[in-house]
Amino acid sequence: MLNVKLYDIPDSDIAWCPGCGNFGILNELKSALSELNLQPNQVVIVSGIGQAAKMPQYINVNMFNGLHGRTLPVATGIKLVNPSLTVIAESGDGCTYGEGGNHFIHTIRKNPNIVNLVHDNMIYGLTKGQASPTTPKGVVTSLQFDGVFVEPFNPISVAIALNASFVARTFMGYNDLTVDLIKQAIQHRGYALIDILQPCVTFNKFNTYQWYKENTYILPDDYDPTDKNAAFEIAMNTEKLALGVIYKNSEKAVYEDFQPKIKLF
Amino acid sequence: MFSNETLSIVLSGAAGQGIQTVEKLLTKIAKESGYYVFATKEYMSRVRGGNNSTEILISSKPVMAFRNKIDILVTLNNNSIDRLRNRISNKTFILGEEAYVKNEINKLPVPILQLAKDVGNPIYANSVSSGILSGIIDADLEIVKKCVSDCFSTKNPEIVKKNITATVKGYNFGKSLNLRVNIKKNPKIKNHYLINGSQAVSKGAIAGGCNFISSYPMSPATAVFTELAKASKEYNIIVDQAEDEIAAANMVIGAWYAGARGLVSTSGGGFALMTEAISLSGMIETPIVVHLAQRPGPATGLPTRTEQGDLNLALYAGHGSFPRIIFAPSGLDEAYYLTAQAFNYADEFQVPVFVLTDQYLLDSIYNVEKFPNVELTRHIVKTDENYKRYEITEDGISPRGIPGFGTGVVRVDSDEHDEYGHITESSEVRTKMVNKRMKKLDKIIEKSIEPVLYGHKDYDYLFVSWGSTSLILKEALENLENNRVALLHFPQVYPLPKSSKKYFKKAKKLIFVEQNITGQFADLVKQTYGINTSKRILKYDGFPFSVEELTDKIKGEL
Repeated sequence: MLNVKLYDIPDSDIAWCPGCGNFGILNELKSALSELNLQPNQVVIVSGIGQAAKMPQYINVNMFNGLHGRTLPVATGIKLVNPSLTVIAESGDGCTYGEGGNHFIHTIRKNPNIVNLVHDNMIYGLTKGQASPTTPKGVVTSLQFDGVFVEPFNPISVAIALNASFVARTFMGYNDLTVDLIKQAIQHRGYALIDILQPCVTFNKFNTYQWYKENTYILPDDYDPTDKNAAFEIAMNTEKLALGVIYKNSEKAVYEDFQPKIKLF
Repeated sequence: MFSNETLSIVLSGAAGQGIQTVEKLLTKIAKESGYYVFATKEYMSRVRGGNNSTEILISSKPVMAFRNKIDILVTLNNNSIDRLRNRISNKTFILGEEAYVKNEINKLPVPILQLAKDVGNPIYANSVSSGILSGIIDADLEIVKKCVSDCFSTKNPEIVKKNITATVKGYNFGKSLNLRVNIKKNPKIKNHYLINGSQAVSKGAIAGGCNFISSYPMSPATAVFTELAKASKEYNIIVDQAEDEIAAANMVIGAWYAGARGLVSTSGGGFALMTEAISLSGMIETPIVVHLAQRPGPATGLPTRTEQGDLNLALYAGHGSFPRIIFAPSGLDEAYYLTAQAFNYADEFQVPVFVLTDQYLLDSIYNVEKFPNVELTRHIVKTDENYKRYEITEDGISPRGIPGFGTGVVRVDSDEHDEYGHITESSEVRTKMVNKRMKKLDKIIEKSIEPVLYGHKDYDYLFVSWGSTSLILKEALENLENNRVALLHFPQVYPLPKSSKKYFKKAKKLIFVEQNITGQFADLVKQTYGINTSKRILKYDGFPFSVEELTDKIKGEL
């Protein structure tokens, strides 16, 4: 196991609010990388825009901090060109499911061997508290002051419907589960989605640490993620959100396997 | 009967009638027979029906420009003649089914369909037509047979045989028409390459080391995408059909970041969606090469027609200030050369580089003796632990590392950043970084591709053009034989090469010739040099200038 400090960036001026869920995800990601013995120069984190998208600013690996919503095409491009790199596309729910919704759908279809970590705090934090695609119905925000009246986006069921090759959800408050899932996602060949539930302590007073603990459950050890119908049923149940690997399909062809290998250096 | 130099044949018919096949066959037969050839087509935005036409010039000298004149018109449907009426003179021979041509002065009724049916199927009408024209231009019959056989090589032998029979029937009929064509053949032309603009751009991309393309199909840019996909196995090119143009441009930037040389091929409407990615390329100094195939806008405009209306779009795409390079080839060899160089320049200066073409250039075919030489240059470095992606250097160009090459990490950030790529809001660092990025423009200007002067060095009248208009203008000026007149063509339209100014200063009268309504390049020159660019010859009806049309307009300026 590599020393986790290898991924630290000295004198980082971290721009997140005290108590933000992003801190937990940062530590969990560093732990996963170190447990997998990944050298900083072997890993690329691609991000978009938002508070979650600042993640690679605070980890010493290759970084591509691009545009709002455009994380997945960039990550796919990098992976196609150099499949030996570990490519992680990491951004928030607005970036991935809102601005980047079309890319979300089509990246799942293409199935490049990349990891997609989505920090899902069900709110727009950087722009100070508007509804995100995953904000539950009825939640009052600074813009939806009568409460959100549209159905929330269900990333897990959409991903399963599109036959994504690895679909997981976690709550960042569960450290061991999250580290384990990130490791599994990196080791999985094909597109791997982890929807990471996290609170926004400043703008989302509804989906708090407590709320996530009360409204989630961890899938049992004997759960079979290869059963698509069962996975779909679990995904559609939003009363209580399942955590763990919800769906897995290792048979799916990987995008870069259809492409020529190009000489880089 | 005809001019001894250049014969102009126009084929006209509905989409789906196989005009493309005749164009492909006849240009090949003519070239292999020793003629210089040029062909260009115009077509409606529909898959079947309507009326499309192809002009094929057969000549004893190089021909690279569209002309209005029609010597022989081949009509394949009943509305061809009306659509081309203003190009038909009393010297035009009109060939086709009796029913289509009966009211014309120089009619040449030919039972094309009957001849095809005699071979077994009306589908052979294409081959009959190619045969008739091959006979008229006195092509070598063995060459004709070989070209037909090559053209249908993927079909079963029986079909190949029938096509050859149909062509020979047509050939004999063509000879019997007794239309004398005395154009000198040159056996050396056999060895020339016969390609179109899309092929020239894609071959240039390959010569420039292109190994990645992501695009979203859009006319007329798709042909370049298709050509590179066809070549992808032989040349190891990664090919991605993106879900939209936004994805395509971002993916290509990701590819460059990872060490590839990527291209995106698009047209104005698609490029409009890519402008945020161009801004990203400018900020993170990760290159992108864009082939921007112009067609008339705004919005979806005239999807299958031609215009030079997107210079401003390429020039101003993206928010904020950052350097860029815009090339605009006039013909096939330049399309090849500039596309190849686009990759070298993008790699060296780490900026977006555009190759601006248009429908007319991409769909034009002629024979090229050889392609220009391009030396492929690479500009990446191996990183170490102290690597700084945005190191401040004398000329503003920071050594570009790629992930996994060396022990360092490569960190690029669309937010303002310091030398390591770390996000910053320091006003001091911001100013330094803006200066660093813009400083590259000085070196780009120094290394610019120079304008090309045609005609007399001692000119009074200087005609200025860019892109595909230049070759049409060149031919028009050559016809004029006036020693007070010259043409200045710009293969690089931005930034303007230093030498441009001396050419402008020397002219007593400057006349800009462009295919857009405002004179976008003239405006750029005026903005750059503050000189008078008020004389402008402009066209924006969706069709290219013809040599004759420009000749008249030029005379009006002298």
